[in-house]
Amino acid sequence: MSNNRPVAGRGITRRTFAMGLGAVASYALLNSPRTARAAEPKQGGRLRIGIARGDTSDNLDPSILNNTHPINITWQLRNNLVEIGASSEAVPELAESWEPSKDAKIWRFKLRKGVTFHNGKAFDAEDAAYSINYHIRPDSKSGAAGFLADVESVKADGSDTLVITLKNGNADLPYMLGDYHLQMVPAGTTNFSDGMGTGGYTLVEYEPGVRALVKRNPNYWKAGRAHADEIETLVIADDNARTTALRTNQIDVMNAVDLKTIGLLKRVAEVKILEMTGKKHYTLPMLTNHAPYDNPDVRMALKLAINRQELLDKVLAGHGALGNDQPIASSNRFVAHLPQREYDPDQARSLMKKAGMENTVFQLHAADAAFAGAVDTATLFQAHAAAAGIKIDIVREPNDGYWSNVWRKKDFAMAYWSGRPTEDWMFSSAYQTGASWNDSNWSNPRFDEVIKLARAELDDSKRADLYKEAQLLVRDQGGVIIPMFANDVIAHRQNVMYDKPSAAWELDGLRCGERWWLA
Amino acid sequence: MKKILAAPFRLLAAMDWPARIGALIVLIYVIVAVFAPLLAPFGEAEVVGSQYDPWTSVHLLGTDNIGRDMLSRVIYGARNTIAIAIIATILAFLVGCSFGFTAAVIGGKVDVVISRVNDLFMAIPLLIFALMLLTVFGSSIAVLIIIIALLESTRVYRVARALAMNVVVADFVEQAKLRGEGLWWIATREILPNTIPPLTAEFGLRFCFVFLFISAMSFLGLGIQPPTADWGAMVRDNATLIGFGDITPLIPAGAIAVLTVAVNLVVDWFLHRASGLKEV
Amino acid sequence: MLLRLILMRLFWGVVTLFAVSILITLMVNLLPGDIAQELLGQSATPDTVASLRNQLGLNLPLHERYFTWLWAVLHGDLGKSLANGRPIADLLAARIGNTLFLASVAAVIAIPVSLALGLLTALYRNGAFDRLANIATLSAISLPEFFIAYLLIFFLAVKLEIFPSISNIVDPAISLSERLDKTLLPALTLTLVVAAHIMRMTRTSIINVLASPYIEMARLKGASPRKVITFHALPNAVAPIVNVVALNLAYLVVGVVVVEVVFVYPGMGQLLVDSVAKRDLPVVQASALLFAVIYIVLNLLADIVSMVGNPRVLHPR
Repeated sequence: MSNNRPVAGRGITRRTFAMGLGAVASYALLNSPRTARAAEPKQGGRLRIGIARGDTSDNLDPSILNNTHPINITWQLRNNLVEIGASSEAVPELAESWEPSKDAKIWRFKLRKGVTFHNGKAFDAEDAAYSINYHIRPDSKSGAAGFLADVESVKADGSDTLVITLKNGNADLPYMLGDYHLQMVPAGTTNFSDGMGTGGYTLVEYEPGVRALVKRNPNYWKAGRAHADEIETLVIADDNARTTALRTNQIDVMNAVDLKTIGLLKRVAEVKILEMTGKKHYTLPMLTNHAPYDNPDVRMALKLAINRQELLDKVLAGHGALGNDQPIASSNRFVAHLPQREYDPDQARSLMKKAGMENTVFQLHAADAAFAGAVDTATLFQAHAAAAGIKIDIVREPNDGYWSNVWRKKDFAMAYWSGRPTEDWMFSSAYQTGASWNDSNWSNPRFDEVIKLARAELDDSKRADLYKEAQLLVRDQGGVIIPMFANDVIAHRQNVMYDKPSAAWELDGLRCGERWWLA
Repeated sequence: MKKILAAPFRLLAAMDWPARIGALIVLIYVIVAVFAPLLAPFGEAEVVGSQYDPWTSVHLLGTDNIGRDMLSRVIYGARNTIAIAIIATILAFLVGCSFGFTAAVIGGKVDVVISRVNDLFMAIPLLIFALMLLTVFGSSIAVLIIIIALLESTRVYRVARALAMNVVVADFVEQAKLRGEGLWWIATREILPNTIPPLTAEFGLRFCFVFLFISAMSFLGLGIQPPTADWGAMVRDNATLIGFGDITPLIPAGAIAVLTVAVNLVVDWFLHRASGLKEV
Repeated sequence: MLLRLILMRLFWGVVTLFAVSILITLMVNLLPGDIAQELLGQSATPDTVASLRNQLGLNLPLHERYFTWLWAVLHGDLGKSLANGRPIADLLAARIGNTLFLASVAAVIAIPVSLALGLLTALYRNGAFDRLANIATLSAISLPEFFIAYLLIFFLAVKLEIFPSISNIVDPAISLSERLDKTLLPALTLTLVVAAHIMRMTRTSIINVLASPYIEMARLKGASPRKVITFHALPNAVAPIVNVVALNLAYLVVGVVVVEVVFVYPGMGQLLVDSVAKRDLPVVQASALLFAVIYIVLNLLADIVSMVGNPRVLHPR
C-alpha cells in the first residue's frame, strides 16, 4: 500500500494548501528539524493517543460532541465538506469546490464523486443535506444550532451539488462547515454508535470515556492521509498518568501538557513538545446590563487594573500570548494589530474615582472549571487591583455545575473560549446583541452593524477594515476582560511525525489521527 | 492552679520514650498552628516572588506556582489542616459514639432502626456522597467539616457499636441494667471506660483519614479551596512533580505523615497503659 | 437463630436499597443544573437545552420519573443512560467485573499481610519490630492515595520499569497474566491504603483482650505467648477485626475512584463520578444500588462471622 503512494503524499499536501499560498511558503521555515521534509509519511503501526478530556457519558452523535476524545475519534472516522487547514484556510474536503452568490446568501457546493462510506454506500448530496439539516431541525439539541441559526435551507441539487441558502449573507460559510459538529454521515442515521463515515478509519470498538480502537480503511478516498494501520485513543484524565504513560512508551501522543512540569518534560530525551498559539483565550466577563458594570469607566478601570504580563508568566508559565480585551487571535486571518493594553493602576484609580466607585467591593466569581488556573488568576488580579485602590472579593464557586450556575448568571465571573476559526463566528457567538452566548450581555448598535456588513463582504481588504473597527469597539467598550491567550501544548514521542500542524484546535486541528504518522 | 500546670508534665514523665517524642511533635505542630501568623515570614495568600523560586534565605522553601512563599503556606497549612481534622474527628466521634452506645445498650428495635439508617448512609459510596453534598451545599470550610464529620461518624458508629456490644453482654452491665441505671449512666460509666482504648486507636486513625479525605476531595476539585493553604491540597497541587523526582510535594505530605505517626505513638502508649497489661 | 437473623437482614437489605434509590433520586435532583445543561455544557442555548430536556423526558414530575424507573427495575430493566443512550446493564457489566477484579487482587494481598502483621505486632508489642511496622504503615496510610500511587509509579514504572504505569485492560483479547500485570500497581496502592487500618485494628483488639482474666488464666497454665494470642485472644477479638476487614473490603470495591483515575483503570468509580457530574440519574441509580448490594452483603457476612466467633452475642441473656 505504502509503495504506491510516496509521491501522492506530498502531492496532496500541496494541493490542499493551494488555497493558502502563504502557508506553503512559510511551511519549511516553521517546520522544526525533527519533522523535516525528508521524512516521507510512513505507513503502518499503531498510533496511541492519550487525551485528557472524555466522559463515560460521551457518544459519537455529531450534534452533542463537546469532549476532545470523541471529537478526535469521530474525525478518524468521518470527514466534513470543508477542512480547516494549517493556516486557518478553508480546504476542500468532501466538497470539491464552492461558489457563493454575489450577496453571499446562496452557496453551491460541488461534492466529490466516487467517495463511499465504510459500508460501501456512495456519498452523495442527500447525505450532505441530511448531515447539516440534522443540526438545524426544529427540536435540535445540537451545539451547532446556534451558529447555524442563519441557515434558511440546505438542499441537494442532483447527486453531487449541495445548495445552502442563508437568511443573511455570510462570506464565512465554508469555514463554518469545517466545524467538528458538521461531519458527514449517511442520510437517515439516528444511531451514531457504529461511527459510520467516509473517513480514513473504521471503528473496531469504542468504550466512552475509556478508549477507542480504529483500523485503517483500505478504500480511503483521500490520498496521503491515514498512515497508521490502527489508532488507539485513550482517555487519560490525570496529568501524571498521561505524562508517565508517554514517558514509559505506553502512548505516542498526549494533549494538555501540565504547565508545571513542561520544563521537566522537555528534558526527557524521547519526548518532544508541540506548542501552538491557538485561539483559546481566558476571559473575565462582566454583565454590562448590571450595575456597576453598566458604567464604561468601571469596565475600563478593571481592564487597566490587571497585570497581563504577570498572569501570562505565572498562570500560563509563559505558554501563551497577551490578551488585548478582544477575542481575535493572532492566528486569525483578519486580526488587527492594535496597541497592547498595559497595566496602569494610576489610570484605573482615576477612572474608578470618576465613576464614583472607589469604595465599591467587586465580587469576582471564580472556579478552576472556568480554566486551569482561574482561581490563581483571580488571586493575582486581586493583588493587581489593590495597587490601584480597587477592592476585589473572590467568591469561590464549585467546579461542578459552573457553566450552568455561575457563567452568565453572576455579574463578574471567569470563563474560557476555545475560539472560533473566523472573526464573524467569534463575534456573532459572543459579542453580538442578543447572541445566545453573549456572556457580557453587551449590546452596541455600531458593532452589530459593522459585523453584519463584514459578514456579507466578499472583498478581503474591506472586510479587514470592518473587522479592525469591530475589534477596537470590543476592546475599548466591551464588557469582557481578556488577559491572555493560552497555547495548546501537547507532547509526543520523537518517532511521531507530521507536516505543519493546524492551530484551529489542539492536536493538529483535532485531526492528528489521519494526519500524523510513526517514523 | 499549680496542679493543672503540672499535669501535662507528669503525663509526659509517665510516658515511654516513643510516646514522649510523639507528644513533643504534636506539641510543636500545635504551637505552629496557633502562632502561624507570628511564625510565617509572609502572608498565607500573599504573592511575594516570581514563579517557583528556588530555596533561598528569603524563601526557605522557595515559592509556589504563583509566587507565594512555600514555607508560609506550609505553616498556615498546619493551622487550617489540623484545626479542620481535629474538629471534624471530634464531631464524628461525638455523633458516632452516642448513637453506637445507645444502640448497643438499649438494643432491640432502637438498635435495628439506628443500625439500618446508618447502613443506608454507609451503603452510598463515601466519595460520591461527599461529592453530591458538597456540590449542593457549596465547599466552604464549615460545610466541609460538617460533611466529613457526618460521613466519618457512620464509620465510627459501626466500630463503637461493635465494641459496646462486647461490653454490653458482660455481667456488670447486666447488673447495672437490673439496678435500673439509665442509658447515660451505663454509656458513660460502663461502656465508655471499657471501650476507650480501642476507640482511641480508632481516633488516631480516623484523624489521619480526615487528611486523606480532604486531599481526595481536592483531587476531585472539591476540597479546601485556594487560596486557603491546606496540606492535602498542596500535595495535590504539586503531585505531578514527583513523577520527575522533584521532592516539593513531599514537604506537605511529610508534614502530614510525621503528625500521623506522632499522634499514633501517643495513642499506642495510652492503649498499652489502658489495656492494664503490666508487662513491659 | 442465625437463619432468622440472615432473613431479617436480607429484608432490611431490600428496604435499604429502596431507601438508597429514593435518597439518590432526591440528591441528584438537588444538584444544581440538570443533564441537559451539563451535556451541552458551554455550547448550550436555551432552545437546545429545552429540546434536549423534552427528549429525555425531564419535563415529567420527579415522582413520576422515579416510579417509572422503579417499575422497570423491578422488571429487570435498568434502562438506558440518558447521556449516551447505551443500555446501563452493558455499561455496568464490564466495569463491575474490572472493579471486582482489582478489589480481589488487592484483598488477596492486603488481608493476609495485614492480619499477619497485626498478630505479629501484638505478639512482639512495643518491640523494635512493632515500632517499625507501625511507623511504616502509618506513614503509608497518612499519604494521600494518589500520592502513594504517584510514588509507586515513579519507582516501579518509570525508574525500574517493572510495571506499566496505566492499566489499559479494555482490550477483550487480553490474557489473564497480562491483566494481572496491569492490575498489580493499583492493587499494591490499595494494599498500602487499607493495610494499616486492618493491621492496627487487629493489634489493638488483641491487646485489648490480653488483660482479660481468661488470658491471665491461659498464661498461668503455661501457654506460650504465641498460643495465647492465636487460640485465646484472637477468637475473642474477632468481631472488631471482621468488621474492619468488611469495611475495608467495601472500600476496595466502592472507594477506589482516585486510584482508578490515577491508573486509568476502567472501573465503576469513574463511571459513577462522571454520571453524577452529568446528572445521569439512571446510571447513578444503577451503580449506587450495585454498590449498596455489595456493601450489604459484605456487612451481613461480617456480622455472621462475628456471631459465630462470639457465642455470647449469639445468645444474649
